Amino acid sequence: MTDAAASPATDRQPPGFLARAWRHRSFMIGAALTGAMIAMALVSLVWTPHSATEIVIKRMLQAPTAAHWFGTDQFGRDILSMIMVGAQNSIVVGIIAVGIGIVGGSALGLTASAYRGWVEELIMRLTDFTYAFPAILVAILITAAWSPGIVNAILAIGIANVAIFARVVRGAANAMWAREFVLAARAAGRGRLAITVSHILPNITSIIVVQATIQFAIAILAEAALSYLGLGTQPPDPSWGRMLAEAQNFILLVPRLAVYPGLAIVFAVLGLNLLGDGLRDLLDPRLARQR
Amino acid sequence: MGIFLLKRGMTFLATLWATSVVVFVVLEVLPGDPALVILGVDAPDSAIHALREQLGLNRPTWERYVDWVTGVMVGDFGTSYTYSVPVSELILERLQVTVPLALMSMSITVIVALALGIYAASRHGKAGDWGVMIFSQLGIAVPGFWFGILLILLFAVVLKWFKAGGFAGWDAGMLPALQSLLLPAIALAAFQVAVLARITRSSVLEVAREDFVRTARAKGLSRRATLWRHVLRNALIPVITVMGLQFANLLAGTIVIESVFSLPGIGRLIIGAISNRDLVVVSGVTLLLAAMVVLVNFVVDLLYAVIDPRVAVHD
Repeated sequence: MTDAAASPATDRQPPGFLARAWRHRSFMIGAALTGAMIAMALVSLVWTPHSATEIVIKRMLQAPTAAHWFGTDQFGRDILSMIMVGAQNSIVVGIIAVGIGIVGGSALGLTASAYRGWVEELIMRLTDFTYAFPAILVAILITAAWSPGIVNAILAIGIANVAIFARVVRGAANAMWAREFVLAARAAGRGRLAITVSHILPNITSIIVVQATIQFAIAILAEAALSYLGLGTQPPDPSWGRMLAEAQNFILLVPRLAVYPGLAIVFAVLGLNLLGDGLRDLLDPRLARQR
Repeated sequence: MGIFLLKRGMTFLATLWATSVVVFVVLEVLPGDPALVILGVDAPDSAIHALREQLGLNRPTWERYVDWVTGVMVGDFGTSYTYSVPVSELILERLQVTVPLALMSMSITVIVALALGIYAASRHGKAGDWGVMIFSQLGIAVPGFWFGILLILLFAVVLKWFKAGGFAGWDAGMLPALQSLLLPAIALAAFQVAVLARITRSSVLEVAREDFVRTARAKGLSRRATLWRHVLRNALIPVITVMGLQFANLLAGTIVIESVFSLPGIGRLIIGAISNRDLVVVSGVTLLLAAMVVLVNFVVDLLYAVIDPRVAVHD
């Protein structure tokens, strides 16, 4: 913000975000892959080639045909339809788990940064502490105490995200608090909360957005792993991770069953990671130069 | 250094204690009645009452916590409800699979990632660098358990070089045992290799831009000697911190990979315990895994101070 005002005036206007984004190769590939996943999930809300949950034993384990592009599974369910609905599942888990992380983590990170001293120390020790429990261990604790299911899986991934966002937000906010315009706002007598809301938060949004994209990808991987173990999405809701667990039982008979859901995960995660890298370059050119 | 050690030691102990409180509260207090969780809501009252007696649930919570923690400190994790054997016995037996698996995976990670990262940095902007970066981008996107399934498909189903899963056991000899851990270790390492190679690459590139590197080159030191003597020593500082976190991730990752390869390790033990609602096993194993993560981070902190003495001074 202030950098733009301080930089010398140039004859030509710098290209806008969209123009730069259009030329950024990995951003465009990431956006295309992520767009495809979202489109697939949205389409599956109103239409899938077949029902994703209907069991038709007489068409079990069929090879790909015109009617079933990716073939059918051991219960005769259409693989393509399951993958399409599975995308919904991954996106919902990602949005909620990352949402929990952003809200909780930003609140903690901003508070730590605004008050410093023992408040910051306490919050940072708390986030350090959550590192002792990787998401999968949190999921195990929660599902052992209650029951396996998608809600508990989201909660586990969300808790792990809170710590990550708290660290990232605090680091970025601390850098902002040292800037002149924040000092000016303090000199003008504005309170910590007002400065946080009107100056700090708007200036670190891009960092939060970039981190959110990356955590979204990690959330998809975590959900897939939990569902693979039977601790995430429960039948009959299709989930890419559970499809892989079921496919493994038929790996000698129909190896291709284990390929499609895995590719779906790879494309989704790759797309989000490329999108996140691209956004980081586009939103903060200084970081891009450092890499 | 003394004060640094003392501070870190205190934090380490406090974190361990907090870990035990969290595990105890989540598994023993929050669900209400662990006896109900273990036996299910349909169990007859008499059975629930008997189990409550057996687990000592009628005593005050704090008393149960103190008993549990003092037990854990001397290696007594309680008795498994499903297996009717001490949990410590189960854990010891299963650690013989999980620890070698994690160590093997970590060795693969360090060797491959450092080689790839240093190679990519030395070929900065050239084809080799691009190749490593594309590999690392893919490696980060591939779920370890799926990579494991693909390895089984290729090496066990198609080529038949390895078994599709299971553990030969250390009694069968060193080689067959290590062989049954090789594919799982690779599957577990793939993601971490991709992450560490990237970090090594950018760390080496960053240090290579420093003035002292230019000075070393200017005084006539060869490119190779500068890399080994000056760049790497400094570039590895952030890399080691990441390695510590990665070892923690590897330990957690074994839970999934052991399921893919049907390995009788800690991971399979805990997943089985969840479906059997064997809370005693779940609490023992989670505490152990969390404690291992805390310990690894503690050791990394100390190592960090040894490699870069500025850390201890500033702390």
